[in-house]
Amino acid sequence: MPAAPLLPFERPIRQLEEKLAALEADPDPSSHLRDAVRALRREIREKTREVFENLDAAQTVKVARHAERPQTRDYIELVFDEFVELHGDRAFGDDRAILTGFAKLDGQRVLLVGQQKGRTLKERTECYYGCAHPEGYRKALEKMRLAEKFGLPVVCLIDTPGAYPGVGAEERGQSYAIALNLREMARLKTPIVCCVIGEGGSGGALGIGIGDHVAVMQFAYYSVISPEGCAGILYRTEGGATPANVDRAANALKFTSDHLLEFGIIEEVVEEPPGGAHRDHRAAAGALKESLGRAVRELSGLSPDELLAHRYERFRRIGQFEEAVAAEIAGDASAEDATTASST
Amino acid sequence: MTEDTPPTDPVPPHGAGAQRSGNDPPKKRGVPEGVWVRCPGCGQTVFRKLVDERQGLCPECDHHFYISARDRIAHLLDAESFEEWDENLRPSDPLGFSDRKPYAERLVSEQKRTGMPEACVSGRGYLRGRPLALAITDSAFIMGSMGSVVGEKLTRAIERATEQKLPLAIVSGSGGGARMHEGIFSLMQMGKTCAALGKLNEAGGLFISVLTNPTMGGVAASFASLGDVVLAEPKALIGFAGPRVVEATVKQKLPGGFQTSEFLLDHGFVDRIVSRPDLRGEIARLIDYCSR
Repeated sequence: MPAAPLLPFERPIRQLEEKLAALEADPDPSSHLRDAVRALRREIREKTREVFENLDAAQTVKVARHAERPQTRDYIELVFDEFVELHGDRAFGDDRAILTGFAKLDGQRVLLVGQQKGRTLKERTECYYGCAHPEGYRKALEKMRLAEKFGLPVVCLIDTPGAYPGVGAEERGQSYAIALNLREMARLKTPIVCCVIGEGGSGGALGIGIGDHVAVMQFAYYSVISPEGCAGILYRTEGGATPANVDRAANALKFTSDHLLEFGIIEEVVEEPPGGAHRDHRAAAGALKESLGRAVRELSGLSPDELLAHRYERFRRIGQFEEAVAAEIAGDASAEDATTASST
Repeated sequence: MTEDTPPTDPVPPHGAGAQRSGNDPPKKRGVPEGVWVRCPGCGQTVFRKLVDERQGLCPECDHHFYISARDRIAHLLDAESFEEWDENLRPSDPLGFSDRKPYAERLVSEQKRTGMPEACVSGRGYLRGRPLALAITDSAFIMGSMGSVVGEKLTRAIERATEQKLPLAIVSGSGGGARMHEGIFSLMQMGKTCAALGKLNEAGGLFISVLTNPTMGGVAASFASLGDVVLAEPKALIGFAGPRVVEATVKQKLPGGFQTSEFLLDHGFVDRIVSRPDLRGEIARLIDYCSR
């Protein structure tokens, strides 16, 4: 596989790494050289931490979309002990953008639903770069109902730029397929644990995202609209989705993991190895496995009624608004002077 | 979610406002001002009063002009029977969002322009003597898009319909889908409204969804698609992805009638296409068929 393209902000790290490689090439290093190697390694660690602690939202999106970032198929290998893939939606076909099947997580039987973007051109074409069609959402729901029937927890790995925007998708009811998943997942009588591992692209992500425990990986993002789509609308008169406008939109949408946690949208941020998941698949998988396993164990103690009540409340409370008092309504319809009883 | 919806600035969608003369401020809502209006359906210039008398239908071609949520309530419910719910909910600006102008300012100007505090009106009333929970999204207010207030009002309406065992009708006019100005909070309203509909469904409640022009994105992909019975006004634009996004993806001209009510009916996602003046009678009949 060719070396992954270097992100601009990774360049200083790469330069240090090249220096290190040159030093390490010496077959018989002096003690002085060994000290230099140690110092350089420390410097790399520090530089990496410094760069990745200060990524802005636009840079985070680049990490979330990195070609070498682990995808569902990678995590199937690294996180789960077994995967028995189950195909098809029993109505139209088998959407490769969403993988479903039985899996073992720490010895616990689960039903895995994961969005797959693909890495090779062939794979990417087959799964439409991770953009599912209605049959993908139907397939996910079919298998989740199977899990419910046999009491298996459901694990959803979210990684999509968005649901596929095409003629066939519209003909086959993209809206209805996603909407139905939202309603049915909210009432599914088995634990649902979700994690956004890369891109959480709007309705296409939420379509497998109604869970009891929702986590987001540190450099993943979860948004109502892609930064490109947002820029195209907002800065239509200023050139549309130019790189600069896309960056502006990304930062305005506050969709990074720290904001999502602060807003109470998610339960947990899964920390990534220094420099992002793409630099160390195994470490990223370890952190993900720990998070998923813990969430599944915690939820397994709840009765179906408790689960559903908890899940309902989890989504019910989300929203920020103000409740004006009656006297102010009569006066002015503006929100400015309203006494706030805002809810989060 | 709102990738292809028209901008939020210009006032009502689909041709309304075409008659506005040069320097007039944007029209509040409803069929454009003036004695005469040009119909975007047939191109005829028609007498505005005739359009109003026909609930916003062109007298020549039955084109459905935009009408406001308040007008819909007047058309659908028995006179004086509407009791509004949650009219005190006001939007906030959780992201501190700013596009060409700050969202907080945009909200105020939209409120002034439309005379509405937000894009949704909800409440209960009677339709030909039958009690009904009714919620309407109005496409004049930031394209009828769903942020926290719209999501909360709808969810409360669904919950009350469930508790009070009322049939529920939601009329959607939301070209903006989930409102991007409120970011992730808007996206989550899709989950919230659908979770509430899940409970209503389990309780055996009736939900009639009425799709009007336009119903797109996150609104189409949540509550609007989940009616026990789905009605649509003729020739409304209804879909998940906006037509320009689809066109850019497939790189070909879209088939005629793509994403119209008729297209959705042909593909199995709409039960009936109902002309606006017939909605009242249709909903009454559906309630009678589905009552226990």
